[in-house]
Amino acid sequence: MSRAEPQFDELYREVILDHYRRPRNAGALEAPTHQAEGANPVCGDEIELDVAVEGDVICKMAFRGQGCSISQSSASMMTERICGGTIGEARKVMRLFEAQLVEAAEPDPALGDLEALQGVAQFPVRVKCALLCWKVLREALSIDDTDHATSPQGD
Amino acid sequence: MSIDTARLREDFPILSREVNGRPLVYLDNAATTQKPRAVIEALTHYYETQNANIHRGIHTLAVEATEAYEGVRAKAARHIGAGNAEDIVFTRNTTESINLVARAWGDANLRDGDEIVLTLMEHHSNIVPWQLLAARTGAQLRYAGIDEEGRLDLDELRSLIGERTKLVSVTHMSNVLGTINPIAEIAEIAREAGALLLVDGAQSAPHLPVDVTALGCDVFAFSAHKMLGPTGVGVLWARPGLLAEMEPFLGGGEMISIVKPEGSTWAEGPHKFEAGTPNIADVIAFGAALDYLRELGMAEVREHEKRITAYAIEALERSGGITVHGPHDVEVRGGAVSFEVEGVHPHDVSTIVDAYGVAIRAGHHCAQLLMRHLSVPATNRASFYLYNEEREVDALVEALDEAKRVFGRVESRTAV
Ligand SMILES: Cc1ncc(COP(=O)(O)O)c(C=O)c1O
Repeated sequence: MSRAEPQFDELYREVILDHYRRPRNAGALEAPTHQAEGANPVCGDEIELDVAVEGDVICKMAFRGQGCSISQSSASMMTERICGGTIGEARKVMRLFEAQLVEAAEPDPALGDLEALQGVAQFPVRVKCALLCWKVLREALSIDDTDHATSPQGD
Repeated sequence: MSIDTARLREDFPILSREVNGRPLVYLDNAATTQKPRAVIEALTHYYETQNANIHRGIHTLAVEATEAYEGVRAKAARHIGAGNAEDIVFTRNTTESINLVARAWGDANLRDGDEIVLTLMEHHSNIVPWQLLAARTGAQLRYAGIDEEGRLDLDELRSLIGERTKLVSVTHMSNVLGTINPIAEIAEIAREAGALLLVDGAQSAPHLPVDVTALGCDVFAFSAHKMLGPTGVGVLWARPGLLAEMEPFLGGGEMISIVKPEGSTWAEGPHKFEAGTPNIADVIAFGAALDYLRELGMAEVREHEKRITAYAIEALERSGGITVHGPHDVEVRGGAVSFEVEGVHPHDVSTIVDAYGVAIRAGHHCAQLLMRHLSVPATNRASFYLYNEEREVDALVEALDEAKRVFGRVESRTAV
């Protein structure tokens, strides 16, 4: 059995388990300016996200959810990483994160803790779990899928 | 004579493959089972030697194909203790069989204010067709609950069935809890109320000796792919005379007698419900699956599964940090075993055990009402069949130990 152990210690890094056990920004906001929820019907993972935006700065975020360690830790790390920055920065992180998971790109230092999820790229059926919260964020902030995919924005 | 798995496994080519560098341990049989060589060969044999459309030609191939296809009706009838092959309709799967009844019987027999009684342990395929029927007719749905052990609350079911009840539809065996429901008793209650009883046999026909006459149900539905057969074939059995009372389901070729501009008359018997060219090859190959099961004997299959299920429940619980849902007494349950690993979400469990070549299911198992009742978003499920061995249970338990180890590195999660 020992053969497989390092693989899972790599996929489920301690930082992931830590965010899973002690999610940051868990709960609800009193006065969110943006809200969305999403589910992954195959797995039953669920994320509800509250965002408070002032100008173009994301001041506060909170999420509620249930699901696997990957989906929940991703949400926790996402809120921690992008809270306090601009929407433009959030989009940039989103792009880097997607590249890391979908194209198995080298993790960018700008990802912070989110870098820990790079192992998920090796498990195609789990990539959706890691991306769920980002899909919900995109919907909450009405970020258009197509424009991010095609045009390199100046953010 | 008990089942000799070592010999029998050689009949299943897929069981010798490796997954992630380890021998495949296939424990997702409630979803679909693997196929013996006889079934796979029946498919190629048909295409290589008999392929023709049926009921439509008098050339030799058409006659042979028709005979082969029609012959499977009798085998399917025999498998469930039904006397008459003409009461067997071939569909695509259990889901289609149930939808057929909802349309062909339900639309004509249900009205505003009538009631349909189901249970909380139904598969979505035995819920959603009735919800659609209720929306079309104004009928109401009622759901009987289950007790802590995952057994049907028969008293509640009895209290829900009354003079407004037109239909009772229950699963013979739960695909999540493994619970076997007391169909004969339910049939008596339904009969007294004058309600039709449909039994979802998707999980029982593959695993238990079934006798629809003894059960006393009106309709029995099951899927070939869950019992060694190919995908794309379902069976609907209806009590003698019932098919004749039902309206057609789909219209088209094969299901008519005479077609005139102003209207048509219907073919007799099951043909009325088999519009268009059916799944000829897969029905014929399903015949090979039924032969295979008959040769083994369903009583032997059941005994084997009782043994391995008891072994699995014991091994899982003994390994620690694992809760098994559903009844623990194998006399009242089958081999679908749902469990939780403390602190590890089922998807994480599945990913880890897959690396050990172990295929189990994680998710809601198309039973969201039951998941809500159990207050869990998802479960792990191992489900056994006639070729599974105790060493495969051991492999699962060992892989689960790894899941526990990986997740045990950080202490318990605080609630969100
Ligand atoms: C109890 C039960 N009913 C119905 C079904 C539906 O079977 P099918 O998908 O073959 O229509 C299943 C299969 O998962 C089942 O387990």
